[in-house]
Amino acid sequence: MERKLFLSGNEAVAWGVKLSRPHVIAAYPITPQTVAVERLAEMTRSGELDAEYMHVESEHSALSAMMGASAVGARTFTAASSQGLVYMAECLHYASGGRFPIVMMNANRALALPWSIYGDQRDSLSLLDCGWIQVYAEDAQESLDLVIQAYRIAENLRILTPVMINLDGFVLTHTYEPVFIPTQEHVDAFLPPYKNPYCMDLENPKNLAFSSTPRDNMEFKYQQHRAMLDAKDVIRETDTAFGRHFGRYYGGLVSNYLTDDADCIVITLGSIAGTVRAVVEELREQGVKAGLCRIRCMRPFPDSEIAALARLGRAIGVLEKDISFGFEGAVYTNVNSALMKTNVSMRVLNFIAGLGGRSISPADIRKIFSDLDRACNGGRVQHVQFVNLGAFA
Amino acid sequence: MNTDQSVRIKDLTDDEYFFGHKACGGCGGSLAIRLALKVLGPRSFAVLPAGCMSAVGFVFPQMAFAVNAMISTFPGTASMLSGIAAGAKALGLKEYHAVGFAGDGGTADIGLQALSGAIDRNDRIIYLCYDNEAYMNTGIQKSGLTPFGARTTTTPAEGAGSRTAKKNMFEIVAAHGIPYAATASVGNIPDLLRKVNKAKEVAGTSYIHVFAPCPTGWGYDPADTLEISRKALASGLWYLAEFENGSFYLNHDPGKFISLNDYLSTQGRFNHCDGDVVKTIERERNKKWEKIRREWKMPDEKHFFAKERS
Amino acid sequence: MIKPTIKRYERPCAISDYPVGPSFKAGHLISTNGNYRTFRPVVNFAACIGCLLCYAACPDGAISRHDKKVRVDYDFCKGCGMCARECKVRAITMKKED
Repeated sequence: MERKLFLSGNEAVAWGVKLSRPHVIAAYPITPQTVAVERLAEMTRSGELDAEYMHVESEHSALSAMMGASAVGARTFTAASSQGLVYMAECLHYASGGRFPIVMMNANRALALPWSIYGDQRDSLSLLDCGWIQVYAEDAQESLDLVIQAYRIAENLRILTPVMINLDGFVLTHTYEPVFIPTQEHVDAFLPPYKNPYCMDLENPKNLAFSSTPRDNMEFKYQQHRAMLDAKDVIRETDTAFGRHFGRYYGGLVSNYLTDDADCIVITLGSIAGTVRAVVEELREQGVKAGLCRIRCMRPFPDSEIAALARLGRAIGVLEKDISFGFEGAVYTNVNSALMKTNVSMRVLNFIAGLGGRSISPADIRKIFSDLDRACNGGRVQHVQFVNLGAFA
Repeated sequence: MNTDQSVRIKDLTDDEYFFGHKACGGCGGSLAIRLALKVLGPRSFAVLPAGCMSAVGFVFPQMAFAVNAMISTFPGTASMLSGIAAGAKALGLKEYHAVGFAGDGGTADIGLQALSGAIDRNDRIIYLCYDNEAYMNTGIQKSGLTPFGARTTTTPAEGAGSRTAKKNMFEIVAAHGIPYAATASVGNIPDLLRKVNKAKEVAGTSYIHVFAPCPTGWGYDPADTLEISRKALASGLWYLAEFENGSFYLNHDPGKFISLNDYLSTQGRFNHCDGDVVKTIERERNKKWEKIRREWKMPDEKHFFAKERS
Repeated sequence: MIKPTIKRYERPCAISDYPVGPSFKAGHLISTNGNYRTFRPVVNFAACIGCLLCYAACPDGAISRHDKKVRVDYDFCKGCGMCARECKVRAITMKKED
């Protein structure tokens, strides 16, 4: 019987980790992920979680240690955010190239400079190419569920790719909601123990993390790329199986709401989807055919799900907390690429919002839909817009 | 097991755990690793960062390690080792050693943070630094362990070579309160073997700093690697010592030192050194030895000078 | 005895022939090191006293124990000359390769 607890996003992640039975956890604190590692410390100290808890001296060491533990066959977890995530950037590429199925929570937070502890998504989105599977949670329940799903996906021997679970800093990490906690038995039946024949082994020694020359390196990279492509099916299947087993299904790589007949769709990531959904419902009551597509998984990119949104004359707005300076947001670039390949004529616009923790209100979203509506009807709208900027050049 | 933990060469296993590698002929570092692994045995997990020994040991599909081994990121030797120790403990593995083999750059410079953290946690790992006194793998650039006066590609002879002294890694590590640390040299193989054998038993972190000459980087005939190591000891520029139970123990006092020029003249990297440089080196060596003789414990039955005996 | 050995290696044709990620069997060699030597060590077995100092000093493990004396593996000897220099009874001489 699942019990219900009132938890923050951070705490929900800690519960998800506890239920997933990791062998080793590495902890280095950074706002706003600290509560997750604190809860895990309490759980290991009380004995309810039987894991080695390492107090590492930096995020680089956190991920480096998790690779060492993973290399001997241990299930591992660590958490990061913004400055720490980019500090461990070398290790991110190392872990994905090394095919270590590590699961890591990232609290999405703005990157200095200027310094900001508040949430935006530039940290993880600037690292889309590091080879990790990247998923984005909307609420605390999904955060907990994603941890369990992540281990099953990462440890699948066809995949063997680490997973980064992103939670919006403060907005999701620190807000509270009722969360169903699966029982340990139920999780054990869904998530088998970690078994990997490619690990270091005292009976059958291996040499890992080696170099390769130009003659072979590209093949290793292609192998990694294929594993990521295969991950699309595995992520969909895992979500479906999770739904059958626990009764909660999230839609696979994307979660669509009223998109089938929509004239205007907002595509977004993470917790802001909740606000967008509320505005979509409001607009539908007014007769406006609005829709929402929440991308759950940015890597591997759900190109076929996005391509399926293509419809002649439709207007799509990509709302993201990211900007690649001098161009556009990364999510927009990715979405545009998928839509362009369909050759269907549409208006696709980019709305940059929420940088450095700036609030995104329902009014902001209504304005976005109004811009999309104008674009739909042939009006001129700037491709890339910053939402709710207080001062203009 | 001998109570004095010494290991005789003839008692070493015939197994070769580091073999077929592409190191330069006469490489001190590769000798240190070969010998250490013979003492540690096949149930070892070895970690090597970017550097000479990983570059020559693991290029797919030529794998020169017969034990479990992996390359870590350059800064990450000690942290990856800590992770291996934690993972092995959580999985209930028994009778194994987690050992790191890092160069001077990967230890004293970029690797220092992770090493410090590992000692702080007292993770059960053995960390061996093979010190060839520069970033050799990338082409002989100055590191934190390049000695005063040495020519490297980033401290050219025209500028009188390196202007800074070696960081004192042995004492830095000791200041952390590490359970066991030692300095060693490929020039005294029985002593090196004894210290690795001792490190095996430490229930926590141990550190062995091995003086490992590099013919390519130092400019000498590869056959002279051990001879040069012995001269370094005889001139007082390197010393054999241990740190245990909070105290420093000297293993051997050479007494009257050989002339510095006897050591410096053997290597091309010191060719340009004039009298002033040699005087500075001498002054600093004398200062160091004055402190050692005054403060460190002298050789005793547990911290003795292991000499060559078959 | 545990020692890396030369294995027959065929270049992979398919991606599936590659190891999964950079993880491979330990001690798998495909090439020797003896073909770029300038000098080779020659042991005078009559003079050799079996002290094993050369065996200990070889950075490549190319000298092994054999019949109370030593033996050189010329496939893996790089000709560095450390063995000849360390031999106390001068039983090893370095001879130029043809």
